[in-house]
Amino acid sequence: MLEVTGLHVAYGGIQAVRSITFHVKQGETVALIGANGAGKTSTLKAISRVIDAVGGDVHFCGEKITRLLPHDIIRKGIALVPEGRGVFPRLTVAENLAMGAYVRDDKADIALDMERMYAYFPRLKERAGQLAGTLSGGEQQMLAIGRALMSRPKMLLLDEPSMGLAPIMVQKIFEVVRAVAAEGMTILLIEQNAKLALESSQRGYVMESGQITLNGESAKLLDDPKVRAAYLGE
Amino acid sequence: MDIFLQQIINGLVQGSIYALVALGYTMVYGIMGLINFAHGEVVMIGTLVTITVAGTMIKAGMPVVLAGFAGLSASVLVCMALGWGLERIAYRPLRNAPRLTPLITAIGMSIVLQNLAMMIWGRNYMTFPPLLPKMDFEVAGANFTAVQLIIVLVSSLTMGGLLLLVYRTKLGMAMRATSQNPAVASLMGVNINRVIAAAFVIGSALGALAGVMVGTYYEIAHYQMGFMLGLKAFTAAVLGGIGNLAGAMLGGVLLGIIEALGAGYIGDLTGGFLGSHYQDIFAFIVLIIVLMFKPSGLFGEKTGDRA
Repeated sequence: MLEVTGLHVAYGGIQAVRSITFHVKQGETVALIGANGAGKTSTLKAISRVIDAVGGDVHFCGEKITRLLPHDIIRKGIALVPEGRGVFPRLTVAENLAMGAYVRDDKADIALDMERMYAYFPRLKERAGQLAGTLSGGEQQMLAIGRALMSRPKMLLLDEPSMGLAPIMVQKIFEVVRAVAAEGMTILLIEQNAKLALESSQRGYVMESGQITLNGESAKLLDDPKVRAAYLGE
Repeated sequence: MDIFLQQIINGLVQGSIYALVALGYTMVYGIMGLINFAHGEVVMIGTLVTITVAGTMIKAGMPVVLAGFAGLSASVLVCMALGWGLERIAYRPLRNAPRLTPLITAIGMSIVLQNLAMMIWGRNYMTFPPLLPKMDFEVAGANFTAVQLIIVLVSSLTMGGLLLLVYRTKLGMAMRATSQNPAVASLMGVNINRVIAAAFVIGSALGALAGVMVGTYYEIAHYQMGFMLGLKAFTAAVLGGIGNLAGAMLGGVLLGIIEALGAGYIGDLTGGFLGSHYQDIFAFIVLIIVLMFKPSGLFGEKTGDRA
């Protein structure tokens, strides 16, 4: 479904991503793990066109999306949950969700989807009228995921959903991620928390200094001595 | 007491005009952090276009109502096009430049527009054609005219309409989202360029309306009139908290009233040393006080982007 070939990202002279190739199949959850600064977020940003890639191609559902404008990516069916959540702090929770459905015009269906998000995250329903900037970090993460789902994407890109959250909140967020995946959503998950990411995915790629150094089934990666040593603290 | 009431009425009228112009500053600032110093010139061009269109039609013997309507429409259209063009030509290429660059460009555009207007309309003061009937009303010892009444009514309705647009429509929501986080707004499918252009076009339309009001109120216009009006409206926007719509409205009205009261009492306060022609100093006293003690303005507090 998503095919990334030879993707290269640089900031000035700094090579953030060096010619990486990977793919995500329909219905799969794929984890992209690696340390801070390995180039994971740059990869996601290049796919979602927030930044320009220097080289390489990205195909989605057979179509080349490497040169699309950022606001057209979501129309192709890719929704990004950005690093640091990126909720609109002075819009209400309900308005943030409505922004997720910005590309849709079917009002009745949007209202139904809004109820679905409230069912996933009852906390958001309680706070529907509150400004998003007043939510806790975990609630903002719930909102960012709900907002991305409101566009009815074919694929979800998650950038560090566990970052800066209390363990209990991380559990809750990942429960929802797994539930969404179980409903058939294709997910590319970026995480520093390698254990959690590999436990929640079918396949995984390990990134180091802008390159993919290992890949395979998540269960096998979890048992790989190199992964265990480098990312699982053993 | 009647002087007090009279000055409040005068201030309210002037303040409504400031508020309309201040909205143009604050909308653009809210979305892209730019103070569009050429906005006062857009207002001036709005006034002068109305003089040309409505004046010519009245001279040709057409009904005043028709001429007024045509003048207003022409002025709004010209200003919208001007606002759109300014953003497209002068500011968009500088979107990622350091913040000082577009600011200097804005001052440059202001000079360009002023000189352009001088070349088209000349250096002389021009009389604004009387578009509204001359009628006086008296309430509790204070007088007001039909023109004043209409200025306050029309600007209130326009501002109400703007609030509805910003808080009740999809475009308005996209504008608010873009002002808070443009990168994420574009991830949601918002075309940032279009939203920014919309802010310029809407702000310029409000400016054109204000320009017609200024002309109708003072019955005189000049290619340099946009400068002081722009500075005062900018002061109003800062007073209310720049970037905040309600702040620009309140700031405009407050500034108008402060100025009018200042002009009304400055003679008594200084024992006749300074006269009412010193009224301009009040706006800048307000600006300095706000910048010193509450630079974020009356409504300028943000809710924290915590966690």
